[in-house]
This record gives sequence, structure tokens and C-alpha cells, in this order.
Amino acid sequence: MTNDQIKQAIIQIISVIAPDEDLSRLKSDVALREQLELDSMDFLDIVMELRKRYKVEVPETDYGHLASLDSCAAYLAPRLADK
Amino acid sequence: MSSSHYDVIIIGAGMSGLAAAVRLAYFEKTVCVLERHYAAGGLNSFYALGGHQFDVGLHAMTNYVPPGTRGAPLTKIYRQLRLTPEDFGLVPQRRSEVRFPGRTLHFSNDFARFVQEVIEQFPAQQENFLRLVQYIHNYDELDLDAQPLSGREVLAGFLTDPLLIDMLFCPLMIYGNAEEHDMEFGQFVVMFKSIFCEGLARPREGVRRIITALRRKVRAVGGAVRMKCGVKALHITDKHVQSVELDNGERLTADRIFSSAGSVETMSLCTDSTSGPLAGRPDCLIPLAGRMSFIEIIHVLDRPMQALGHDATIIFYNCGETFHYAVPDDLVDPRSGVICCPDNFLYDRPLVTPMIRLTCLANFDRWAALDESAYQQAKADWLPRIHQEVLRFVPDFRTHIQFTDFFTPRTIKHWTGHVNGAVYGAPGKHKNGRTHLDNLFLCGSDQGFLGIVGAMLSGISMANLHGLKP
Repeated sequence: MTNDQIKQAIIQIISVIAPDEDLSRLKSDVALREQLELDSMDFLDIVMELRKRYKVEVPETDYGHLASLDSCAAYLAPRLADK
Repeated sequence: MSSSHYDVIIIGAGMSGLAAAVRLAYFEKTVCVLERHYAAGGLNSFYALGGHQFDVGLHAMTNYVPPGTRGAPLTKIYRQLRLTPEDFGLVPQRRSEVRFPGRTLHFSNDFARFVQEVIEQFPAQQENFLRLVQYIHNYDELDLDAQPLSGREVLAGFLTDPLLIDMLFCPLMIYGNAEEHDMEFGQFVVMFKSIFCEGLARPREGVRRIITALRRKVRAVGGAVRMKCGVKALHITDKHVQSVELDNGERLTADRIFSSAGSVETMSLCTDSTSGPLAGRPDCLIPLAGRMSFIEIIHVLDRPMQALGHDATIIFYNCGETFHYAVPDDLVDPRSGVICCPDNFLYDRPLVTPMIRLTCLANFDRWAALDESAYQQAKADWLPRIHQEVLRFVPDFRTHIQFTDFFTPRTIKHWTGHVNGAVYGAPGKHKNGRTHLDNLFLCGSDQGFLGIVGAMLSGISMANLHGLKP
């Protein structure tokens, strides 16, 4: 997956977790939490959806890498290279 | 693995068990929910009698917030269960009251208005009450490691008028307190937020709509639900549940077991007599069980109460000098209770069957000790005594009664399996859901989140914590 595809995948996941949020103007370089109402339950869900959809494991110590769309792409790119 | 092995077995198809099943099955765990009854819902179920459809439990769903409200428990539930507000079809209340001798507090789903109401009725308490509200707003009632605090002690540190304290406790205790006299402060905060800060609502179709939405979702994500399938025993070796034995003798196995049956009820299913201090000795466990139970009278009427001039959704009343929240010595304590009119929500069209529901504290042991004819006679004797109290607060509806059902703590025990017919579980909660066994977890009332939204949140939190977290 390319970085853009990964960002789109994350946006797709968030749209399932939080269908009441407006995702049309998300900034890639700003923390998701600053732009959206996401709590720890929602972040756990992003991790769970990644595991379910792409078979990628994100250990709890790495949750910080999922802060923004850009950091998600940077962190996940090598892990999703062949997907 | 054999086909009777699951990642997770859930005991009880109530709100918490079904919600846990949705979470676990959605994330690809193999899940089987076991329910002894033929209807799902547990303490919030439904039944048909005399050609009418009735709800158990649900007068109103607490925690109502308008769709899209951020950060609220109800919003979390929609998100976590991948449901939408349309799935529950909640319709807000009209208005409700807390009625004590000489004083009334009105409330609706507008918290600012309620704060104003308290200040108008108790002007001397204005500053104290505002400080209490601030304290409640900042309190983290969902902290799973919080130490229990006496609600009465905390409130006495803010409010100096005992009448106001009782008027705040009355609805919150009646709608969700497992202990007598006092209420754990975290529990008080949960109930305060769910009833006063958020609000009351009801699906037009009653609790069926909620249960149907949950069951449909469990099925859609691949979870199994087996009805009329009670659990007889949990077979334990080495502090581990090895297998689950059903009433029919069948044995199932699972990596993890979630039980919504209640803490005492679950422990008494365990076959070990050594690993748990009380397990396998149900007689020793009974003193730990909850005792708060209720009778409920449901009258089908020939017209809605609004046609008689009564438009309140719910009235929490107390006729005594002070408010007593305790197991009554007699069969029923008619001095306080709840009057609920399911018609008085803001529906777009009236309900098909107008009703009024009357609820009072009751004594399980007294009802359980009666033989069948004495049991029927007791119901007949108590009906006019309860009417006498509630007619202080609502217009006389008695000539409009078409059909009556009267259920008691004994009925609740029979259909839910909860010891003493306790509707809010045991006073001691197990917030982290852990038991003395490494693969057995509690969810539902005895985990500690109450009400329909609370129960679903309990199932979700326990599934996340003990079933999904990597």
C-alpha cells in the first residue's frame, strides 16, 4: 500500500468507528484527537480494525505512532508494503 | 478443536451479554451466548399476557442524548456496537417529577432547567448545589480502580438541607442502587449524570426494539445465541474453567467465559470448593447477594393518562417524613415508588395500548414464603393500598383499567435467576470484572454499570478489557 492508500484506509476505518464525525477536512499532519472526538475506546478500535482488515498487529507501546494520518502512514507503510 | 469449543462463552442474553457478544464476534472471536430463558433481555425483557405486550424493567431508558452528542455513553455505545440512533429509535420524555410532601422538583432532558428548578425550590442551597454539580461533572465515575465512597457522606459535605438530599437520592436509588440506605458515590454520579444531566427516552416499541437491534447485530457479525439453554455448572481445575455444563448435560469448552448471571449466582455455578473462599458453597454466598427488589403493577387503560389530564412521564414519589430505601419489613413499602406512563413520551403518534406502571420496593423473602393462594391474595390486598398512595399524584384512573398484571420479586427470580429477585445485583461491585479464576469474568449489574446503557457499556468494556485488548 502507498502512503496515500494507507491514509485512505485509516479514514475509511474512522468512518466506520465514528460515522457521526465529518472526515472531509482532516489535516494529515495534525493529531486526529485534535480534529475529532476520539477516546481511548475508539483508538483501540482503529488498532482492532487494522488487525481485522490487514492482519497487522500494533502493540500497545506503538499506539503513539497512530496520532496523525501522516504518522500512521509512516508507521504502517513498511508493515503494509505487500498488502 | 471440536465444534463445541469457542473463544468465548457468554452466560446470559441480557443487555450486557449481547453487547459483549457483538464486540467479540465483530473482531472475529467465536462466541456463543447461552440463555436459560426463551426470551432475551434478562432484567430488561418483555412478555405477552392477556393479549397485551409488556416490558419488564424498562420504564424509560436513561442516558438519553440527542444523536451526535459527543462523548456521551449512548454515543459510545452506538460507535462501539456499530449501531445507529435509528436502530434504537429513542423518543425523549415529556417531563418528570420528584414529589415529596410539600415539595416538587420537575425535570426534563434539559439539565440547565433542572439546576434552575433546584435553586428555585431550595434557594438557601444555591451555592452548595452548584458546587456539588461541579464536583459531579469533574468526577471520573468510570474509573475501574476507584475506591467505594459513601454517597450520603459526600453529599452531606455539600448540602445542608436533608430534604434536598433525599429528593436527589430518591430517583437515583430507585433506578439503580443495590445497597440499602446509602449509595456508593461513584454509582450516585453514574445515575445523576444518566437521569439529570442526560435524560430519559423510550423506543416507541419498548425494550423489544433494543433487544432486537442487539440480537440482529450479534447474528450479523457471526455470533451464536442459544436460547432455553441454561448453565448447570462451571467445571474448575487449577483456578481455570475447564468446561461449561449445560442443563441438558451437554459440555462446551471455551478459552474465556463472561458471566452476566450475577457474582453470587456465577460463583455458585463453580464446582471448585478450594480455590475460591466461597465457591461451591452457595449457602455461604447468599448473604453477599443483593436484596433490593420491587413489585410492579401494570394497568392497561382504555385511554392514555393524558386524556385524564396527566402528562408527566415519570413521577418518583415519597409520602414519608424521610425517604427510606431499604428492604421493607412487610411485603411492600407503598410509601415511595415510581409512577410511569409509557404514553407520555414525545411520540409522533400515540401508543396502541395505553398503560400506567406502578413500582414499589418489596421484600423477596416475604413474597417467596407465600403459598399460591396466599400469593394471589396478597396481590389483591396490596393493589388498593398502592392505589391509595399513587392517587395523591395522578388523576383517578381506576374506572379505565382494562387489564392488570402484577409481578413480584418472586416473578423476577423465576425469570432472571437473580438471587432474591435483586434487580440491581449485589452491593459489592467488581469493576474490573475479574474473579478468582483466570478465565472467568463478570459483566452486567455486578460489574457495576447499571441501567440499559450501563449494562451495554459493561459488556463492551469487559469484552474490550478481557477479550480483545492485545
